[in-house]
Amino acid sequence: MTQGFLVTNRSVRWFLMCLAIFTAVVAFGSEASGAGLFSTSLVKTLGKTLCLCLVAIAMDVVWGYCGILSLGHFAFFGIGGYAVGMWLMYARTEGIVLSSLSGQTIPPTPSEVSDAIGSQIFGVVGSAQFPLIWSFAHSLPLQLLMVVLVPGLLALVFGWLAFRSRVTGVYLSILTQAMTLALSLYLFQNDSGLRGNNGLSGLQNIPGYEQTSQATISLMFFLASALALALGYVLFAWVVAGKMGSVIKGIRDNEARVRFLGYRVEGFKLFVFTLTAVVAGIAGALYYPQAGIINPAEIAPIASIYLAVWVAIGGRGRLYGAVIGAAFVSLVSSWFTGGGAPNLNLGFYTVQWTDWWLVLLGVSFVAVTLFFPKGIGGVFDYLVRKPS
Amino acid sequence: MTSLLEVSGVSKTFDGFRAINDLSIQISEPELRAIIGPNGAGKTTFMDIVTGKTKPDTGRVLWGARNESLLGLSEAAIANKGIGRKFQKPTVFEDQTVWANLNMALRNKRGPFAVLFHRKTGEDEARISQIASEIGLTDQLSRMSGELSHGQKQWLEIGMLLAQDPRLLLVDEPAAGMTAEEREKTTDILRHAALTRAVVVVEHDMEFVRRLNCKVTVLHEGHVLAEGTLDHVTADSTVIDVYLGRADA
Amino acid sequence: MLRLLIALAVFAGLSLPATAQSQTLQSILQPVADEIADPSRASVGAALDALVASGLPQVTPFLEAWSDKGVWQRDADGAFFYGQAAGGELTLTDIDTGAETVVPATGHTELRPNGGVRRVIGTTLVQFQLSDPDLTRRLSAIDSLARRPDADQLAPLLASIDEEPDPALKARKIQLANILTVTFADDPADRIAAIDSLSTDTSIEARAVLNQILTTGITATPGAPVGNVARILTVGDDLTPAAAYDLLVTGDLAPPATAPNAIRDALAANIVDGRAGGIPTAQLGDPALREAAYATLAAAGTVPPLVTAQDQADAIAAHTFAAIYAEGDAAITDAARAALTSAETRVAAAQFADLTLDALSLASIYFLAAIGLAITFGVMGVINMSHGEFIMMGAYTGFVVQQFVPDYTVSIIVALPLAFAITFAAGVAMERLVIRHLYHRPLETLLATFGISIALQQLAKNIFGTQARPLTSPGWLDGALIFSDVIQISYIRVAIFVLALLFLGLIVFVLKRTRLGLEVRAVTQNRGMAASMGIDPDRINMLTFGLGSGIAGIAGVAIGLYAQVTSEMGAAYIVQSFMTVVVGGVGNVWGTLAGATLIGFLQKGIEFLNPSNTLAAQTYMVLFIILFIQFRPKGIVAQKGRAAAD
Repeated sequence: MTQGFLVTNRSVRWFLMCLAIFTAVVAFGSEASGAGLFSTSLVKTLGKTLCLCLVAIAMDVVWGYCGILSLGHFAFFGIGGYAVGMWLMYARTEGIVLSSLSGQTIPPTPSEVSDAIGSQIFGVVGSAQFPLIWSFAHSLPLQLLMVVLVPGLLALVFGWLAFRSRVTGVYLSILTQAMTLALSLYLFQNDSGLRGNNGLSGLQNIPGYEQTSQATISLMFFLASALALALGYVLFAWVVAGKMGSVIKGIRDNEARVRFLGYRVEGFKLFVFTLTAVVAGIAGALYYPQAGIINPAEIAPIASIYLAVWVAIGGRGRLYGAVIGAAFVSLVSSWFTGGGAPNLNLGFYTVQWTDWWLVLLGVSFVAVTLFFPKGIGGVFDYLVRKPS
Repeated sequence: MTSLLEVSGVSKTFDGFRAINDLSIQISEPELRAIIGPNGAGKTTFMDIVTGKTKPDTGRVLWGARNESLLGLSEAAIANKGIGRKFQKPTVFEDQTVWANLNMALRNKRGPFAVLFHRKTGEDEARISQIASEIGLTDQLSRMSGELSHGQKQWLEIGMLLAQDPRLLLVDEPAAGMTAEEREKTTDILRHAALTRAVVVVEHDMEFVRRLNCKVTVLHEGHVLAEGTLDHVTADSTVIDVYLGRADA
Repeated sequence: MLRLLIALAVFAGLSLPATAQSQTLQSILQPVADEIADPSRASVGAALDALVASGLPQVTPFLEAWSDKGVWQRDADGAFFYGQAAGGELTLTDIDTGAETVVPATGHTELRPNGGVRRVIGTTLVQFQLSDPDLTRRLSAIDSLARRPDADQLAPLLASIDEEPDPALKARKIQLANILTVTFADDPADRIAAIDSLSTDTSIEARAVLNQILTTGITATPGAPVGNVARILTVGDDLTPAAAYDLLVTGDLAPPATAPNAIRDALAANIVDGRAGGIPTAQLGDPALREAAYATLAAAGTVPPLVTAQDQADAIAAHTFAAIYAEGDAAITDAARAALTSAETRVAAAQFADLTLDALSLASIYFLAAIGLAITFGVMGVINMSHGEFIMMGAYTGFVVQQFVPDYTVSIIVALPLAFAITFAAGVAMERLVIRHLYHRPLETLLATFGISIALQQLAKNIFGTQARPLTSPGWLDGALIFSDVIQISYIRVAIFVLALLFLGLIVFVLKRTRLGLEVRAVTQNRGMAASMGIDPDRINMLTFGLGSGIAGIAGVAIGLYAQVTSEMGAAYIVQSFMTVVVGGVGNVWGTLAGATLIGFLQKGIEFLNPSNTLAAQTYMVLFIILFIQFRPKGIVAQKGRAAAD
């Protein structure tokens, strides 16, 4: 089936080819390979962008294909980041503590080591105790399992509650936003066990690879992100291509009709919601080691809305649209806010883009919704279809 | 002829308005039945109740030889029991091809994972092309259903019903907005379908009902007013008073 | 008892001034001049007694001046004056006539009573002040007495109660007298009576006095506890084993515990040939081996013996831990406990009332913030994500108006309609330019209005800066409506409550009694039908959107009065407003009211149960709402009819 599906799906092959070329160009031009065309920080930015593209296609499947405007998928992204961040922070602190204690004549006891790690990590929130949720932080495999399990279970429980009571449309969006808000408020607390608003930091240092340069590490993560995006793209393309795609698009267009065809709509929504949440978690787990820090502000409701904005600008209901939207808006946004864009001198007033970028984004977003409801991807459709 | 659907003593009130009042209807299998009645007679609410969209205040809705109650089941569960419904407005998935629409309706496993890992089988293909020829859309299979004409959409929807392979078809105003030629074809499709299963047609258009040539139930204010052949009910004086008298005046 | 007599004498003096008028203050002072000029704590009493006995009106200012080092004595004849030194000059004021003379400073001595004496003077002064004809002076005397209660003041206070003409002050005096009696009276019966009288008193100071009596200290004893036992403590429940053991160590009942670090340090200090206590250092990462090594050292007498966890547990088990009252008399502590329980029950009731007020005011804020949203959502099915920014716009309008109109009352009166007008216009403009084109795409409306929201927020940041701007409320809204120590509510919140009521009335009136309301309701219930009956839904949409936005503007002014005006203030309210609409049910004013009330009360209730953490309170509230939706997906007041089903 998968083989046949790849053969019949032109856009998937095109996308994979473009991604492969892009990845190869960046990889060979990176500092790690000696060419130095792209700085390490640029490679990191591009790697992060690939992760954002991955969460954007997940968002596109849940919104563009299934019609659930979830304002909570960036929260799942953040949870993935936290899950992997816990191991990174634990393992790295453990390494530091062990090396600082190794000089002593008497070797430390296990409880001394654990206390020292605890006070290193939780000192900023006035604690030295390991909270229960850190029980698996010492183990990379278990924590990687959390990357998948926690967003998945949260989405499953929340989705079951919401879809079961047939909350739809705008109501559902607000409910998901409330969930995101609750989560970020919870994480902002100092006693949440995840260092309150300090978040987890130092995630760019990978335990066991202290001697490896950041240039190499950034390239590895870039490649991993590209691979994850490729796999995610193929997975979602496969999901939406077959009969499943028919049903979920049917749910988007006329939920009641799908019910009368005998499909239990709740089950399908739950499947899509949970699957995309899991992929979002994986994307987050790849993103935050490249970003180096994660804190509750990342999960704030506004982030999930931006995610929807990317997908809308890129073009809903087509996976490459989501990729284009996420890549375009996030890169342009960092160009503008990072001071990369030249100021605009109007004579009577100088427009500083660091101040005016959000105004421009807001207005252009309204314009896209009003005049280009199919987004940037819609333009592609037009170009592709015209010859035939 | 065995009783397939038995609706007895059903009432439903919306904010004080009695949409259905002590309604009792029996449908056998196979059978072609037309339900007529003026606006607000409760035709659509009757369908809503049978398909699980609306829960009645009182009464029983029994299904099949084993007399299972349909009340309390979800729409999807009722559909899977073998009740298909066609809405008044054609509701096909316009963003998908005719083929995909029919494929979705095909009687296969309905669980998310069964659907996800569903593989096209030759049997499916054969069934789809058979239905497509029944509804006259063989040439249109790869077209987006949104591009179809109004009549074609209605047929597609009936085709989707047939693909579900239901024991009972509830069809709401299939002829609305059709040309004379299209109506004729619709009549043929319905009568053909009724050879093997129960088909209930709700219709306004008396000419169309006459062409169906079947038993007719007249609803008025949520209650059965008369039942029998069209000639029989049109001769009934109460029917003439409440419906025909007004409609033709 | 003596003090009481003195106080009574004061009264006699004050009430019969005629008998004393032949005397002058100077003539009374001169016989006791030595005590006045060089007083000691012990001797000053006699001089004060003489002064008090005179009953002269000049005594009070004299005592005040004396205590403030404002009295001078002429060395030549020992006469006393009020004096004001400036440079080498001294302005003398006659203590009886008030006549002023200016003389060189030399030849005069300033009287400098020490602290002890000043306290005695102060006590005497209180007697006068408590019975001073001037109400404000009596009030300030009571205040100072309440701030620094003293055993000596009880008698004069008691004495002044009967003659007190002002009923409020009399009640206050009785209360204070009770509090002083509780603490300072000698007779336990008096104290118990006073304690009982405090059982109906919910004031903080009464409860503080009772709590003070009930102060306990924890003791550890080998056998039964000694003293007035409050209760026996269970180690593990009432106090941690570590704290219990510390208590034993402090009381010399057990040897100090060996800290983990101490073991390591002791081992590190006793390494011989790479071994400590006979065990190679490399193996000392194992806690069991460490203890063994330490035990070896301890057996050799090199280090103090190891106190193991078992030893500690044994020591703790061998002792009784009890909370002991500092107050030795069980009758008094029993009475105090009973009184405190009763007072606290009353306090709890009062707190409940206070919480209700708080919740009401929060609910009215949510109502104001959400009603505009609810109207637009109900009529047009449109969620306006930039609703919060309209609130912000209203608040900034208020701020700008205050820059031009300095009078706060006038500026608020100007700002309210102006905010309405500006946000109404903004809302209409937005409806015409954006919303109108998106009617059949509700999710996209949500996102488009979000775009407007981020643009407006950033625009406000660019114009007004990121720092919070104040919106000052008029003076008559300062302060709070105080019912008791526990129940109070600020006037601003009362005003917001009134404003919310006003708007509730206004909106209900508009919807039920005007042509516009009729049309709005018609469009809400059945758009197509309304259109076919000659109602222009376009116009209704425009007006509704304007109205909803306008109310947001007014809510902005109201919210700005008690919260900071920032570009992000709208975002802070938007989620709560959504919750209000969702919980309350769409398209119904009463639904919004019910939603706002529920959310307001819920939030305050959770904050009350978990006061340390407002963030957690919000988390729980959101969780509650998610669960609430499970049971009432269409909100408290669900829209009815067949239209609602689709």
